Amino acid sequence: MAIATTPQQEQQSRLSQSEVAELARAKQSPKALIGMIASYVGMALIVIYCIIPFYWMVVSALRDPSQGRSTAFIPNPVSVENFGAVFSGQNGFGRSLVNSVIVSGTTTVLTLLFGIVAAYALARLQFKGKGAVLWIIMACSMFPLIILIPALLKMFSSTPPFGWFPNWINTYQAVIIPGLSFGLPLAVWNLTAFFKQLPVELEQAAMVDGCTPGVAFRKVILPLAAPGVFTTAIIVFIGSWNEFLVALTFLTQQNRQTATVAISKFTGTTGFDTPYGTIMAAGVVVTVPLLVAVLFFQRRIVAGLTAGGVK
Amino acid sequence: MATATAEPSTTTVATSDGHKPKKNAFSDGQQRLAWILLAPTLIVIAVVAGIPVVISIRESFFRANTGVDPNTGLIASGDSFVGLKNFTDIFAGLNDVTGTFGTMDRFWNAFLNTTGFTVVCVVLETVLGVIMAIIMSKAFRGRGIVRAGILVPWAIPTIVSALMWKLIFDSSGVMNRVLGRQILWLADNGSSFWAIVIADVWKTAPFIGLLTLAGLQTIPAEVYEAAKVDGATTWQQFTRITLPLVKPTLVVAVLFRTLDTLRMFDLPWGMIGPGKYHVETLSIFSYQEAAATRYGQAAAYAIVLFAYVLLIAFLFVKVLGADVIGDTGMPKKKRGKKTDAGDGAAPGAAIPGLEMAGGAH
Repeated sequence: MAIATTPQQEQQSRLSQSEVAELARAKQSPKALIGMIASYVGMALIVIYCIIPFYWMVVSALRDPSQGRSTAFIPNPVSVENFGAVFSGQNGFGRSLVNSVIVSGTTTVLTLLFGIVAAYALARLQFKGKGAVLWIIMACSMFPLIILIPALLKMFSSTPPFGWFPNWINTYQAVIIPGLSFGLPLAVWNLTAFFKQLPVELEQAAMVDGCTPGVAFRKVILPLAAPGVFTTAIIVFIGSWNEFLVALTFLTQQNRQTATVAISKFTGTTGFDTPYGTIMAAGVVVTVPLLVAVLFFQRRIVAGLTAGGVK
Repeated sequence: MATATAEPSTTTVATSDGHKPKKNAFSDGQQRLAWILLAPTLIVIAVVAGIPVVISIRESFFRANTGVDPNTGLIASGDSFVGLKNFTDIFAGLNDVTGTFGTMDRFWNAFLNTTGFTVVCVVLETVLGVIMAIIMSKAFRGRGIVRAGILVPWAIPTIVSALMWKLIFDSSGVMNRVLGRQILWLADNGSSFWAIVIADVWKTAPFIGLLTLAGLQTIPAEVYEAAKVDGATTWQQFTRITLPLVKPTLVVAVLFRTLDTLRMFDLPWGMIGPGKYHVETLSIFSYQEAAATRYGQAAAYAIVLFAYVLLIAFLFVKVLGADVIGDTGMPKKKRGKKTDAGDGAAPGAAIPGLEMAGGAH
């Protein structure tokens, strides 16, 4: 989108680029220094704003349980007892983590399987009703999840008139299948953008060399789109990992709960005094894998979230 | 339909700069192939979204039987058709509660809470997000660190952040210590409303910042240079250049934050708890009705929320011109080259990411 400077304009200015740069720098330097300091201060403030509450969670998790809700900014002594409590028998948090991995993993894989082919069709093929399909997928990402709950709850619990339906309460599929409804729009949208960035000539060349469209897609496009697929996978996985409402509704048994539901229910199991230390430790356990992924792949994730177009 | 069909179209695309390319590499059989490829997605969407929505609509006209069946003398089961009663009861004022906005029917209380959260949160998030984006766009180095930091609130599950803020806002917690006051944030009162706002803004403002930054980076520096030459002040540059040019990105971001906040669930649920009228949103109210097996009412409230969401989305598209689909959805406005269409899809492509960002909160 950059405004192109035509050769004539450059000639008219009669200044070489280095001269222009020098003039510009000389004029800006006192202001620029202030600006630079201000921007560093601003950035520091942003980072502090984003990190401080999380810091508090970590600190509270590392406190000795006997200190209760101490508000000391640095835990003294540092204790990992809370983390032990998280995985103790009563809470069964390890099992919940496994459930979360199963649910999020399956949701991600299925979403990608369906999403890749759909996105490819939307990016490359021209057909009647494309606009309608896009609107359907769009609408699907817009509507409130809660509208599914009464219907699905009635269905999955085989309440009449759904007596014929198998009882799906406390099954993984009860969470995975609704999960697809918000994973798919995201995946289709992201992947369509990624496929579109790849020049169509690539497939044409492959097909000239004798590939069928299917083979051209598999051998040429898919490997090139791998970063996009990977980004989409991370984002879908994080979204599914963080999902709460559906899991809360359909996974009521402790050994089936996902991690997010388990954390929210720590309250109930230990009486009236909320075991904050344990909850925060569990929160850290649930969040740290995501944060590691975010730190490693931040560039990719940001690109995926702002999807292609802008660099 | 391999090479033979590919060849004529190759020439069409190559020579058709400026013209509408009627066919691309896959020319014949595209229609059929497209629908085959789309079928799994569309079937999944129909099954997991379409059918439940239809069932919910049906459900909203029914009500579970209660009490004793006069014919059999047994406790009644099943449900019976009640017409629009589930909807009209909203106006009957049968279930008055006291919340942030005074005493009113529980539905309207939830409705106003939802609206209040949405307006307050989205406005604050947008302002903060734009400020963050501008700071980041001025940065020379260290942008990577800021970007990693900004993704922290995004990556934390909403329910975990709800519990985290619950601890922070505890009556003897760190927030009161820092403020030096004794506010009962979590006691289902006016302060609870603001506690939710603070937590929600924390989680999502950086995200709007991130998206706005992406929009800012597409503005060429020459535009600002030209403005400087013409003597524009910094404020003028912001209102006359930055805002209008970043508006398409921002409007879409704000739209999806709005829709996300309208269906807020996790945060009030985890932080203040269910059945707390000062922070009860429509999603929570509907959920509680469903959990109490009042499926009819639950469905009716969820449908009202759905209609509300649709209305807001419609207003955004019509009034603010939110380009939700991007150019991808409009085959009529086709560009000369394929690659252009990819850029055109950019604002639309940002959307589901946003949607996921808030999760189902």
